Amino acid sequence: MVAAAKRLRIGSRLPAQIALAPALLIALVLYCGTTSWTVWISLTSSRMLPNSVFVGLRQYDVLANNDRWLASIANIATFGALFMTAALTIGFLLAAMIDQKVRAESLLRSVFLYPFSMSFIVTGLAWRWMLDPTLGFEKLLHDIGFADAHFDWIVRPDRVIYTLVIASVWHAAGLVMAIMLAGLRGVDREIWNAARVDGLPTWRIFVFIIIPMMRGSFATACVLLATSVVKLYDLSVAMTNGGPGIASEVPAKFVMDYLFERGNLALATAAATTMLITVVVVVAPWYHWQGRKARMAGIA
Amino acid sequence: MIRSATALAGILTLLATTAHAQAPSATPARAEVIHWWTSAGESASLKVFADAFTKAGGTWVDNAIAGGANARAAAINRTVGGDPPTAMQFNTGKQFDDLVENNLLANVDALAKAENWAAVMPPPILAAVTRDGHQYAVPVNIHGQNWFFFSNPALARAGATSPQNWTDLFTVLDKLKAAGITPLAFSGQKTWERGLFNTTLVGVGGADMFARFWGKRDVAMLKTAEFRKVIDTYRKLHAYVDAGSPGRNWNDATTLVIQGKAGMQVMGDWAKGEFTAAGQIAGKDYGCTVLSDSGTSYLMGGDVFAFPKPKNAEVARAQSIMEKAMTDPATQAAFSAKKGSIPARQDADVSGLDECARKAHGWLQDVKAQVPANELLSPPAVTGAIEDLVSQFWNDPSMTPEVLTAKIGAVFSQSF
Repeated sequence: MVAAAKRLRIGSRLPAQIALAPALLIALVLYCGTTSWTVWISLTSSRMLPNSVFVGLRQYDVLANNDRWLASIANIATFGALFMTAALTIGFLLAAMIDQKVRAESLLRSVFLYPFSMSFIVTGLAWRWMLDPTLGFEKLLHDIGFADAHFDWIVRPDRVIYTLVIASVWHAAGLVMAIMLAGLRGVDREIWNAARVDGLPTWRIFVFIIIPMMRGSFATACVLLATSVVKLYDLSVAMTNGGPGIASEVPAKFVMDYLFERGNLALATAAATTMLITVVVVVAPWYHWQGRKARMAGIA
Repeated sequence: MIRSATALAGILTLLATTAHAQAPSATPARAEVIHWWTSAGESASLKVFADAFTKAGGTWVDNAIAGGANARAAAINRTVGGDPPTAMQFNTGKQFDDLVENNLLANVDALAKAENWAAVMPPPILAAVTRDGHQYAVPVNIHGQNWFFFSNPALARAGATSPQNWTDLFTVLDKLKAAGITPLAFSGQKTWERGLFNTTLVGVGGADMFARFWGKRDVAMLKTAEFRKVIDTYRKLHAYVDAGSPGRNWNDATTLVIQGKAGMQVMGDWAKGEFTAAGQIAGKDYGCTVLSDSGTSYLMGGDVFAFPKPKNAEVARAQSIMEKAMTDPATQAAFSAKKGSIPARQDADVSGLDECARKAHGWLQDVKAQVPANELLSPPAVTGAIEDLVSQFWNDPSMTPEVLTAKIGAVFSQSF
């Protein structure tokens, strides 16, 4: 009886498995194949073309002593923390504001979402011009009479990374707003009514009832924002080209520059492998935790 | 099932016939050329080669890819993958070393001998395409990298004249500053920070020091007082750039000189394209010179075309026609007139070139003035590592010359 049921289950799954096989094969070859190739090249002495001269972890040693790589790591950490916090906060506040049944809601929604339709290259160039002290805001302030006004962050090595944060928050806040708005609209009106009957102030309803109910929206937004942190490349290229000096270099740009312009495959792949390991180290515990939660829910 | 099998067979037949129709036999001497000359001036100059090739009986299939690194990556990937273009552009230097080592390029020895390149090209340019006694690329032009371009009206307003040496230079820069003009139009990107460093290195330190730095990577030289003077001069220049310089494009810096808002720019001779496009004339609206404290030193880079090993006789024929067309002195002169460079062949007629190019051609008749550029001496990996350090030093006033020298020494001692 049990065996028959099992057979039946396998039987009913077989077509699905056959249908998925090509996709699975492509994923295996593309992801696992290219990833292992990348890891292998990082252990060789490859220059412009790949070779198979094994040199162990020498590239990683070079990487650990490379000022530009270390600056890239520090930059992406600063950028990631500030960008995610600011984008989530501003996105949520925008959504909460629009959710108050304001007039011209659809117009505001489009306005806030508009930056997200811009490519990073366009975003970067526009912000670069606006922040350029001889063309943008600073010059405008000088021209209207504030001769002492200073906003030259983009040309200051110790401040330039914050200008990348400003531009990318401007770019992403609208998307976060859209996700949060969907989450807010998903909250049953009865819950609002019940909380109001209890006489809770609005901010407490948000903090203690609504936000915990919107875990899904926050998780979605976090995943999307986190991927854009890891792959941050084109904004840095368009806005500052990594400069002044190496002050706004990021890991993905390091990999691209060493792959192509500098003909140093081994060091580029060592950097890429380091990025991969970092992401896995961050994501694995979270994944594990999610899996456990799902299993617990299954048992309950 | 049967129907889909028939459809599949139909598609396969279609593919087969299309492939057959594209077989090369139909078009004689067809050549696909990968290059990165996409701007108006650049494509106009490339057209000189395309026209010469067409006239010699070929069909030029243009494959322009914006951005040097992108174009080279595409050309190299295709060559390694077994589907090479007929010809591909490189900068004069070491960019095609790996292709030669992996036996992927055809040599042009026969042409080099027939046209007697050894007699008509500057030795560093010939050496840059020669590996183990074989020539692997056709040099088409020479770009000078250490030019100073002056705005004549700006100099006049500041009451200054074109400087003759590096001491003069700082007097002129001070006068410009006092007159409220941005003295040095600068584009603060890593490449140009290295470019200005190279100009200082060869101008203040001399041709010999330049070769010891990029060629021999001589750690002992880094500790000399003469090298220290180069670093100090480089840092001193930072006081003469404007606040908007970080991240600026080189052609935007040229525009500042063209408009007379800045006094001068240090750039390669490709900047002349911008002056020409703005209707300015060398010697009248703008001045050009090379400053060196110990005899004229002209930093020579340029462009070459390399030819992947041909897959059949048809491709080989197209390549040989193209090599010959690109080596022709009249074609090289016509090309350089549009490109702003000078011909790689010194026997070409330069009377049609602008004043700066004619000056450069004159200097190059003295072998001592022929200094091979950075790219001819060091592989991209070394150049990149030094470039990062120079760029850090330029942008971070707290980084001392001692730290810079120590870090450069560490790069020199690494095996690349």
